[in-house]
Parts: sequence; structure tokens; C-alpha cells
Amino acid sequence: MAQTHEDHREVDPVTGHDTTGHDWGGIKELNTPFPKIALVFLLLAFAYSVVAWILLPAWPTGRSHTRGLLGLDQGQEALAGYRELEAGRKAWMSRFDKPDFAALSADHALLAEAMPAAARLFQDNCAACHGSNAQGGPGFPALNSGHWLWGGDPATVAETITVGINSADPNTRVSQMPSFDWMAIADRQTVAEYVASLPSGKADQSSAGAKLFADNCASCHGEGGKGGLQTGAPTLTDQSFIYGQDVETELTTLAKGRQGQMPTWAARLSPEEINLLALYVSRLPETAAGADGRSAAAVP
Amino acid sequence: MPLRLHYNLEKVSMGLVGAIIVAASIGGIVEIAPLFTIDETVAIPADLRPLTPLELAGREIYMREGCYACHSQMIRSLADEIDRYGPYSLAGESAYDHPMLWGSKRTGPDLARVGGKYTDVWQVDHLTEPRSVVPASIMPRYPWLTAPLDTSNLSAELATLAKLGVPYDADKIAHAEADALAQSRPDSDGAADVQKRYGAGVAVRAFDGDPAELTEMDALVAYLQSLGTQTAAAKALMAGAGP
Repeated sequence: MAQTHEDHREVDPVTGHDTTGHDWGGIKELNTPFPKIALVFLLLAFAYSVVAWILLPAWPTGRSHTRGLLGLDQGQEALAGYRELEAGRKAWMSRFDKPDFAALSADHALLAEAMPAAARLFQDNCAACHGSNAQGGPGFPALNSGHWLWGGDPATVAETITVGINSADPNTRVSQMPSFDWMAIADRQTVAEYVASLPSGKADQSSAGAKLFADNCASCHGEGGKGGLQTGAPTLTDQSFIYGQDVETELTTLAKGRQGQMPTWAARLSPEEINLLALYVSRLPETAAGADGRSAAAVP
Repeated sequence: MPLRLHYNLEKVSMGLVGAIIVAASIGGIVEIAPLFTIDETVAIPADLRPLTPLELAGREIYMREGCYACHSQMIRSLADEIDRYGPYSLAGESAYDHPMLWGSKRTGPDLARVGGKYTDVWQVDHLTEPRSVVPASIMPRYPWLTAPLDTSNLSAELATLAKLGVPYDADKIAHAEADALAQSRPDSDGAADVQKRYGAGVAVRAFDGDPAELTEMDALVAYLQSLGTQTAAAKALMAGAGP
């Protein structure tokens, strides 16, 4: 059988290439050369890597590495890029350092620039709890309803964002609904039914429930549950609620109490960002149901 | 002509074996050589604290449930990442992680600095039923995390990590189980000891809202709330001190 040697190679007449010299029962394998174009790019890649070794950080040298002629550093690059982002925002962001909220709210050119950025901040930081449209959810207050637990003016909202509620911050806002587990179950049921009837506006103000409410609940929730005392205790006469205003949920609330929390954002957001968010949040009741029908809180 | 050289090499089997060994060794050395000096090149921040036993148990659950498959724990050194997540991750920040959980793909957001961002209640709600707080979420539910936490292996685990250089001393190892329980019971006698052993910055709370029972939820939430809070090194970086 043909054990072809290099000096007398067999050339395939169709392609003009050598064969490998092996014969598998009449079938021979072409020894097609590596494509020239691929070889060219391979060599170019080698050439580039040599250039890159010289220009960029490359070789480890024990405890350090070769720095490269360009002196680039990925971390410094990123920080420089971030400072550039900050500088781009600075023109309007700096106005949120110790802001005059009344003047800022009237500056429509500023709002046009700042509010989309605020919406993004809201989505990244606040929406997880308060909802992407600020609509809230079970256990997390709505921010678009116009009912505020601590006050809805921008300065007050900024304070709430800064210190949080029942948070780890030493200056945290503190709000605790105590447990009423000492109260007789029947009384709890009575007052729960009264509170559940409050949103309808047809609650019987002469009932036993109303009396129990006035004695035990009104100091925080306001006379007749009208709220607005800005102590973290919600209004009970409107349609909105945090945990639920049905009798069953109320009985749980009465039995266990509620200590809702909001984290402090002082370490995560800059004072300017907090003030920007505060202005955005304080405007949500008007803007969330805007005339154009689009939600201001939605991501553009 | 390099191709001619290769052609001839292929015909000498031991020569080819030798050439393969040389080529593979170059690739291997390039990957391995930096590890020879890793103790000097990765600066461990002076204020880096190891995870508490409860957080460590939470980390085990994090791995068991495959959280790392969708969530990275590494903020890349890119301007937009810094803008969204905060300072980029430093190698030293995960010096005590064995194995590290940097991850290579994000389906959900990065978690490297998620500690303290949300409340415990939110974390519990979100793990139990993600859609209840984030309607558009595609994260699976983890309702079984209400199971009691098995703490029996914690001492041995701390001892193992101590062998790998994580600063768990004999005191921490001996009290691992007690510390895990105490960290979820702020009113218990051992609660102060946890902060004495691991630092005043350690959160001691009933993470799942119920101090009566130590659950896997307690551990996982404690772990999530610790992410990014173990050292202030990255903050110093942003303040301009440099890495």
C-alpha cells in the first residue's frame, strides 16, 4: 500500500493540495493548508498584543505589574468617568444643595431637566417598596395619594428620606403602633368594625366603637381618625391604607402592633440627591395623575 | 516557516508531547503566577470584619438557592455602575469570602452593596413572594425559607474558614451557635456578646420579624443586610483616597 513519503508526495489533481499520505481503504485525506487570511489575522493579533504590552498594564512583576506607557488604570478611569457624569449634572444639581424649594418648584426649565433624573433615582431606590408608580402596597405607604404620614412639603420629605423611620439612624423618626393585646377581644372587634366603617363616611359616631376609638386611638390617629397629625399615624377616614382597613387585618394590627420601617438614605444618597428626590416625591400627588394621563413616576 | 516546523513536529510523537507541555505551561503560568503574590497584592482593608455565624449561615442558603446565578456581587469599575450601585468592588472586600460570589451574569440587580438599602420586612416579603412588592419581578418565590435554621455545623464551618485565613478566633468558633441565635434576638442575654465579638456595626434584630424562632429567613436576610457593610474601604475610594 502507498506509504507516501514527503519527497514524493501525492498531489490531489482536483484541489492541487497534498494528501496526508494515508490511505483508508481507498479514501485519502487532503492536507489542506491553514487559510492565509486567518494566519494574517493571527499574526496581527500577536503584533497588537506586543503593542498592548508596551502601552497598557500587562505583565505581573512579583508584587506589582508593568504599568504601560499610557499609565491607564481601570479604576481611575471609572472614577474619572463618574466625576464627569457628576460634573454634567452639577449645573442644576448644585441648586439642590440647601435648596429654596419654593423657588425651585417655580423654575420650569430646571424641573424639566431635574425631574427625569429624579424619576430614575426613584426607580432605583424607592420603587421597590413604594411601587414604580408610587402607588404603595401592603405595608408600604402610597406616595401619590396626597396623604402624608410625616408631612409632604419637600423639606419634611427630605428629612424623612435622610433619617428614615424606625431606622438605624440615631435621629430616626420613630413611629410605633403599640399592641392592644391587653384589650378584650370583644372590644377589639368593636373598634375594628368602627374603623373599617370610617372610609365610607357613615360611621356611627355615637357607637361603642367610636367611644373606644376616642379613648384609645384618637391621640395618634386624630379625632374621628382624621389623621394629619404628622406623627406617622395614618388617616383612617380615606380610602387609602398601609396594611389594610378590613376587620381581619385590623385585628392583626391591634394584636401585634405595627412598627413599619423606612431605611436611612444618608449613607447611600448625597444631600443634593435627597433634596431632588424630596421635591419629586412631594409633587407626586399632582404629577402622578397628570393632565396628560401619563404617570410622572413611570420610567420615560 | 512556522507551518513547516509544525508539520515536522507532528511526525515526532514525543516532540509533539513536549511541545504541548510547553504551550500548556505558558497558559497555566500566566493564570497561576499572580496567585503566588496574592497576599501582598490584594490589600485586605483594616476594618474588614468577617461575617457573623448567622450571616454565614445565610450565605450558605444564598449559595444553596443559587442566588448567585442571577445576582452578581461585583460592581464593575465602570462609571455607570458607580452611578447606579455605588463605589466599584475592591478585591479586598471579598478577601474573607470562600468561595467568592462575584458572579458572571446579572438577571437581577447586583447585590454587592444592597445591605441596608431595603428594610427587613421588604426582604422577607420579597423572598416569600417577589410579585407582592415588585409586580414586574421575574424572581422565583422562596416560601420554604420559613424552615428552622440548622446551626449545628456553624462552629466547624468557622473553624474551617479560620484555617483559610478568616479571622475567627477560638472564642468566635466556640460561641458560633449561640451567636447565631442571639443575633436574631435583640432582647436576649447573648445579643451584646455578638456585637462585642463582631463589632458594633453588626445588626442584631429579629430579621424575619419573629424572635421566637430562628429560621433560614433570619439567616438569609441577615446576610443580605450585611452585604457591602463589612468595610468602609470602598467609601474612602470614592472620597478620593484612591484604591
